[in-house]
Amino acid sequence: MPHRMDLSQVDHVARLARLELSDEERRRFAEQLGRILEHVAALDALDTSGVEPTSHVLPMTNVLREDQVTPSLPREVVLAEAREQEDGYFKVPRVILPD
Amino acid sequence: MSDEIFTLTAHALRDRFRGGALRPSEAVEACLRRIDQVDGRLHAFLHVDREGALAEARRWDAVYAASSGGDGLPPLAGVPVAIKDNMCTCGLPTTAGSRILGQWRPPYDATVIERLRAAGAVILGKTNLDEFAMGSSTENSAFGPTHNPWDLDRVPGGSSGGSAAAVAAGEAPLALGSDTGGSIRQPAALCGVVGLKPTYGRVSRYGLIAFASSLDQIGPFSRDVADCALLLDAIAGHDPRDSTSASIPCPDFAGGLTPDVRGMRLGLPRETFGEGLERGVRDAVLAAARHMESLGARVEEVSLPHLEHALPTYYLIAPAECSSNLARYDGVQYGPRMETDDLITMYARTRAQGFGAEVKRRIMLGTYALSAGYYDAFYLKAQRVRTLVRRDFEHALEKVDLLLMPVSPSVAFRIGEKVDDPLQMYLSDIYTIPVNLAGNPGISISCGLAASLPVGLQLVGRPFDEATVLRAAYAYEQTTEHHRARPPL
Repeated sequence: MPHRMDLSQVDHVARLARLELSDEERRRFAEQLGRILEHVAALDALDTSGVEPTSHVLPMTNVLREDQVTPSLPREVVLAEAREQEDGYFKVPRVILPD
Repeated sequence: MSDEIFTLTAHALRDRFRGGALRPSEAVEACLRRIDQVDGRLHAFLHVDREGALAEARRWDAVYAASSGGDGLPPLAGVPVAIKDNMCTCGLPTTAGSRILGQWRPPYDATVIERLRAAGAVILGKTNLDEFAMGSSTENSAFGPTHNPWDLDRVPGGSSGGSAAAVAAGEAPLALGSDTGGSIRQPAALCGVVGLKPTYGRVSRYGLIAFASSLDQIGPFSRDVADCALLLDAIAGHDPRDSTSASIPCPDFAGGLTPDVRGMRLGLPRETFGEGLERGVRDAVLAAARHMESLGARVEEVSLPHLEHALPTYYLIAPAECSSNLARYDGVQYGPRMETDDLITMYARTRAQGFGAEVKRRIMLGTYALSAGYYDAFYLKAQRVRTLVRRDFEHALEKVDLLLMPVSPSVAFRIGEKVDDPLQMYLSDIYTIPVNLAGNPGISISCGLAASLPVGLQLVGRPFDEATVLRAAYAYEQTTEHHRARPPL
């Protein structure tokens, strides 16, 4: 495992996470995340070959049921908390910008 | 002991409602007066629903008056309950301790809220928490920290610090919290109240604002074990709206309480009594073990060999799940939005403004752990180690009925002491996190004071065996006085 984080990695991860970071945050996260990653490096020493991963603690099986129509929340109630809406849809800023 | 209404347990309130000695509206008024009196200093509540709670209580006044000694009324009829503010309450603000939800009012109730209402409970208000339940001190709330009722300069623990402080201070007899890595048990310990994390799957998570979905579990806070069982009875059970809620029958937890541990086998995991544990906490927990022995339990040492790996495992799995769950906060469906010309910048700027430092740190860590090239080395590795931690608990609980251990390595620490050192903060959950990774039920009950601050005793049972956890806790409590100690407010 790599256990350091440089500023370009911080920027890459911030882009993936859709987070705009200040310069101060970039430097702080590089330092703090590096220290946390050093701490989790302790797992490297453990031999886990042949150990099944646990994604869930319960024995899970598919839940099957009849496909029945039940009431949903009214559209206007769901849209009521949105910053912008139009014609019954959530409205967002432009997705594709003109050149 | 003072007989003021705000000091009464839920079962004592219920007995008085039934006997006609007290009305639900008087109980709610007593809680509201107590909130007026102390919450300016504690900041346990983010929102108090005065009018709604009083109206609901007056409705129960009439129902009791028309009944024959409360016959046939639901178990919590007229009893006030406070709710951690990461559970959806229809029409009441639900913030998750974050600015990113603004003044969001959910259009539906969480399943636990529906069940509480069906059980007759009166929702008093919403309690403070670390933002999105990420933290161990309630200092990460966007609305300012909660103070520990035992010492206002100290943290109440977290992330359910508001619920723990409210119950400890007499603002509410009962509260709900959520526990992802110790967020019920650790604040219960630091505030000297009872807090139970049920088995993963015992209580529906529908309407709980998700942090780490494979670890999150809702549970009760109370001032005694009988109340804890009463509240668990109200919220437990299968819910078709949560595919991870278990279809396993629930016993009558409150009805089945007996203070008897004769012949019960208790295991002390040696790894939880090592370096890093404060002397005062260690002494109080070991004294509790001797007390259980005097009641007829058999105490022996056991081992959880992978305990030291639980913390790094958790700090990969929980942030990974958090980074995925919190992707939904993007300024589109609810909450404030930063106005920009294009969508991607709007997302990134809205999230930058809306989230606090710890939430951003965990989103960054989780995104990194899940990103291309690192997934196997971090996330998959952590999931394999999680299996080893689970097996430790399985093996230990083949030999003994319960594990007996500390909740937190220290008593309540000072506000500000650990805010700049995330790793030190994470270490305060070192004895609670492994239990979430394994999924087992665990309770924190008060086992005395160290330096005038409460110490928590943790009892951990087999999956879906909350009954044995509660029985041992009840036996301890019925033969000790620690749970009666109240903060000097």
